[in-house]
Amino acid sequence: MTPEELRKLAESQEEARPAPRHRIKICVAAGCLSAGSDRVRDALQNEVTRRGLENECEVQGVGCLGLCTMGPLMLVEPDGVMYQNVTESDAAAIVESLGKKPVEQLVCPSDMSFFTKQYKIVLENSGVIDPEKIEDYIARDGYTALARVLEDMSPQDVIDEITRSGLRGRGGAGYPTGLKWSTVAKAGGTRKFVICNADEGDPGAFMDRSVLESDPHRVLEGMAIAAYAVGASQGYLYVRAEYPLAVKRLRTAIRQAERLGLLGNNICGTTFSFHVDIRLGAGAFVCGEETALIASIEGKRGQPRPRPPYPAEYGLWGYPTLINNVETFANIAPIIRNGGDWFASIGTEKSKGTKVFALAGRVKNTGLIEVPMGITLREIIFDIGGGIPDGHRFKAVQTGGPSGGCIPEQYLDMPVDYESLAKVGSIMGSGGMIVMDETSCMVDVAKFFMDFCVSESCGKCVPCRVGTVQMYNILNRITSGEATMEDLALLEELCDMVKYTSLCGLGQTAPNPVLSTLQYFRDEYVAHIVDKQCPAGVCQMRQ
Amino acid sequence: MHFTKPSPPSDDKRWRIVEATMRRHGYDPYALIETLHSVQQTFGYLETEALQYVAKALRVPLSKVYGVATFYHFFTLKPQGEHTCVVCMGTACYIKGAPHVVSAISEKYQVQPGETTSDGKLSLLTARCIGACGLAPAVVFDGEVAGKVTPEEALERIGRWTAQ
Repeated sequence: MTPEELRKLAESQEEARPAPRHRIKICVAAGCLSAGSDRVRDALQNEVTRRGLENECEVQGVGCLGLCTMGPLMLVEPDGVMYQNVTESDAAAIVESLGKKPVEQLVCPSDMSFFTKQYKIVLENSGVIDPEKIEDYIARDGYTALARVLEDMSPQDVIDEITRSGLRGRGGAGYPTGLKWSTVAKAGGTRKFVICNADEGDPGAFMDRSVLESDPHRVLEGMAIAAYAVGASQGYLYVRAEYPLAVKRLRTAIRQAERLGLLGNNICGTTFSFHVDIRLGAGAFVCGEETALIASIEGKRGQPRPRPPYPAEYGLWGYPTLINNVETFANIAPIIRNGGDWFASIGTEKSKGTKVFALAGRVKNTGLIEVPMGITLREIIFDIGGGIPDGHRFKAVQTGGPSGGCIPEQYLDMPVDYESLAKVGSIMGSGGMIVMDETSCMVDVAKFFMDFCVSESCGKCVPCRVGTVQMYNILNRITSGEATMEDLALLEELCDMVKYTSLCGLGQTAPNPVLSTLQYFRDEYVAHIVDKQCPAGVCQMRQ
Repeated sequence: MHFTKPSPPSDDKRWRIVEATMRRHGYDPYALIETLHSVQQTFGYLETEALQYVAKALRVPLSKVYGVATFYHFFTLKPQGEHTCVVCMGTACYIKGAPHVVSAISEKYQVQPGETTSDGKLSLLTARCIGACGLAPAVVFDGEVAGKVTPEEALERIGRWTAQ
């Protein structure tokens, strides 16, 4: 398919589907699906058919609408009415109300800050298009960035545009994407690979899952543009096997794109070829680390190796390899379409663009949000998140999962960007954001993450394999009231040792939850040790 | 090195699915994880004979196959019970009380997480995060995700299985 044909297809999509008078868009991403949205969709479809309204009203399954806690969610267009907590028995009332007054008791106020304070780039199609239809994506300017790149940009132009945008890796570390691309592009050899890291292992994070389930083509387009820029012709999508729906939709998306000549050989009628294969992860957190991920794609145990050499020079099967996160790839097409300067105008000086967060825990509105960099934590938790429910008090917010830290109330007005979060002992991470109130014990939370690291440590290097276990044992003694103040000193010493001597990111960041809670909630540790008491009432003391 | 294909451990027709996976990857040793996924999806778990067969077919030492099979949490070497109940223990679910759900099930059915009841009816498992944090605490009953589950609800759902 040539760029010209793509444009025609997009236009014909608009014309071929005379917009039905009403369109019901119901979320069929994982969150709402587990609340039964597929049954609601069928009930709505049956109701529409029963009333013979097939030409008037279209029922469409779409991606994530964001407010997962109120699922199943649906949107009625063109009225723009949003409904929450819809059940099968509401189908009749909803279809009846089309074009009339909305069903009052189900309305979800779409003017609430949860929706108005967001800024959507990565999620722009999420909840708008049917993720299983490539035509929907194309009608929303899909694949035009790829066509433009192939038509009139050199690989260097693409890299320059990405560099100008200031995009940084969304997997957590925040390495400048343009720089990474240019390193791979400069690497010698004819065989190179592009890998999309969709091994979202952080407990409490579901951003990548939602992007893949709601808008899979956007990731494929980003990968294809990256492949063109760095000179690769084969790509791998490394996805968790625990995300069957995302895998299914990706498979569908790849097949559709290949059929239209947007992936595979001679893309858009040019000599550029790019094939994408899916590789399933098998539940190992360490495989989020790039060298471990490569080992896993090679069919081995997911154990990291020392860097350098970096995968950009020596990656999959020894060839130069570009590895980016799902969200990073999802940002590529909009940057090419609108220009790097546009992207750079959003966010802060050093952190550009937006970030998707999975807001969860003790907060009223849990779900998926996308906000401009530089927004404050207070705005995210209290305006978008709606604050803490049931009259409880905010205590801390955990970002970055097992590699991040707990941020206390005094930093709520801090802007969210890579540097600020690092300064207070946490990290941006991939985007998990867990809010905690006074019912959570900070020592218990630290123990929870350490337990995670113990079980996820791959066992290759000693500091991580043995150190995490020792730290866990001390935390266990503290939470059962059997520790002494010497234990606390030993714990701090161990944190230091594991942090500076571990081989890969998992071990190097494993002490972060302990370090940050020790920094801001030391009194809770002391209360457990000296007073043999858990201030939050979570831990069971032995005595 | 010889390149004759080994024959499957039994004449169970389902082995054809596994063979198809290996063929698609040209019996390349790199396809080990993909093949193990295929075996587990087809048979529910990885039995010793299956590991031996895969090792031979892909020309990978059995020790390596065993290493991979035990390294990844997703693979299981034991057959699951008739019904499975997976409690998500991700951070959001943990904060919202998932440990209470686990201990309630564990106490009532005398089964530890990762184990199956002695009558083979129920497997209790925990997951790192199933990505349904907006619905915390989440539990997967026989593949169906349920959100905002209380210990009582969980026991009630399991009770329905054991009553049958």
